Amino acid sequence: MKKILVSTILILLSAGTAFCDTAAPAPSDTPAAAVAAPAPKVDTGDTSWVLISAALVMLMTPGLAFFYGGLVRRKNMLSVLMQCLMILCLISLQWVLFGYSLSFGPDHRSLIGGLDWSFLKNVGLAPNADYAPTIPHQLFMMFQMMFAVITPALILGAFAERMKFSAFCVFMLLWATVVYDPVAHWVWGVGGFIRNWGALDFAGGTVVHINAGMTALAAAIVLGRRQGYPNGISPPHNLPFAVLGAALLWFGWFGFNAGSALGAGGLAVSAFTATHIAAATAGIAWATLDWLKHKKPTTLGLITGMVAGLVAITPASGFVTPMGAIWIGIGAGVIPWFAVTHFKNLLGYDDTLDAFGVHGVGGIWGAIATGIFATKTVNPAGADGLLYGNPALLWIQVKAVIITVVYSFVVGIVLLKAVDIVMKLRVTEHEERVGLDLTQHREAAYTIID
Amino acid sequence: MKYIIAVIQPDRLDEVLKRLTEKEIHLVTVSNVVGRGRQKGIAEVYRGHKEQGSLLRKVQIEIAVNEAFVEPAIKAIIDGARTGQIGDGKIFVLDLPECIRIRTGEKGNEAIG
Repeated sequence: MKKILVSTILILLSAGTAFCDTAAPAPSDTPAAAVAAPAPKVDTGDTSWVLISAALVMLMTPGLAFFYGGLVRRKNMLSVLMQCLMILCLISLQWVLFGYSLSFGPDHRSLIGGLDWSFLKNVGLAPNADYAPTIPHQLFMMFQMMFAVITPALILGAFAERMKFSAFCVFMLLWATVVYDPVAHWVWGVGGFIRNWGALDFAGGTVVHINAGMTALAAAIVLGRRQGYPNGISPPHNLPFAVLGAALLWFGWFGFNAGSALGAGGLAVSAFTATHIAAATAGIAWATLDWLKHKKPTTLGLITGMVAGLVAITPASGFVTPMGAIWIGIGAGVIPWFAVTHFKNLLGYDDTLDAFGVHGVGGIWGAIATGIFATKTVNPAGADGLLYGNPALLWIQVKAVIITVVYSFVVGIVLLKAVDIVMKLRVTEHEERVGLDLTQHREAAYTIID
Repeated sequence: MKYIIAVIQPDRLDEVLKRLTEKEIHLVTVSNVVGRGRQKGIAEVYRGHKEQGSLLRKVQIEIAVNEAFVEPAIKAIIDGARTGQIGDGKIFVLDLPECIRIRTGEKGNEAIG
């Protein structure tokens, strides 16, 4: 373990200096751009809302832990909680050391941020006019940190119950650095090439959900199926935990989407409404399909639909009307439902908790739907979509989806294979049978006798 | 008629059930239990997880069988559960004086299968 730590640190350091070399000669262009705009001033209302939103999004990671944890078998409950909370610690640190700078720092060739903001250099309490002119720059950094944390946590649903904890930590750190940070820069960073195309992603349809979903599919394929899959796997060990987790996700999602307005105004309210409506619609749609197909509506179906609706509305939330949100919600109930109940069985991959089916497929639908339902009447800073006479936006959205899908899937596979060669991704067959709680953490979630 | 009680490692359950099915023994009762054996519950072996003082986690299987199925059942359990390490468990075979199927009132050998 020590060896791994040392080599990881060395790799990161050498990568860091490489970036520094290229970063040094290029002068930052932010001050020049800020001259024309009025001097940014902190607004207390906006700051309050984004502070609360950052805390709401933070709560989503423990929420996700219980959503996922309830769905695994008893012997793996702690491993899922542990993995989610470890990511919270690990990526928070990665983010302040260099992740934030790679994502949002001064642009290099439209591909990556420079290291000018590493160790939070130049990330102070004065606003940054490019990203959020009315809140402290450091608050924008913290808000974005919570997104960088939950995105890799979403992936673990695909390989739950069989990944070695040490390999997990190394993979997640690499993935955040090599996949999340660049993609966040392309879509959200000033100068990023997808942002320059005019692609719309209000709160992370491409950056968060497609990105996590595609690497999830890669992980399900590279790690292979669990022993006994599909017929010898016990059902979810604690559905009430999954319901609790889904409810916390919904609650936290108000911060995720409405917080992405980066201010306490009309746009935040509009995103809040769209988020809620889409989740409600998708929950009904999924439960209805369950009802028609399996004769009974299931709790698991309802909460999965809710989450799929939240996923799909994420990129669109700041650009669509409440009626647009209903249509996106219906699509989010129907399309991921087919992915989870038909597509997965057809192809035979073992995506343990449907991270690809819900986040990948739901995210792709949401990003494309943004190109259909977006309207400037909701957000003048956005664009009109297909239904409002601008088919060009739909094409831009599709291009953004394709780039993200390919990059996340391919680089995901490469990183997984690389970690596998160095330290093996998967636990032994015996450890898998005994469960990850005992073999990876020497703890049990539940006792048998009080 | 015999009543077979086997205490095995939890992670061997799937394999034991598979072997029993191969011998056409389908009727079993399974429970989670804790207990201690000759190692007195001291978790020196890697698999033995120390918890609840000196008690280790096990799975108990109970099977009621006619005479012809006693040996096949024992063989299936051993084949499925044996790893050669301390803590593989034990099998107890008891005489079973009576067995009654509640729904039909059948008794003895007929009621078992």
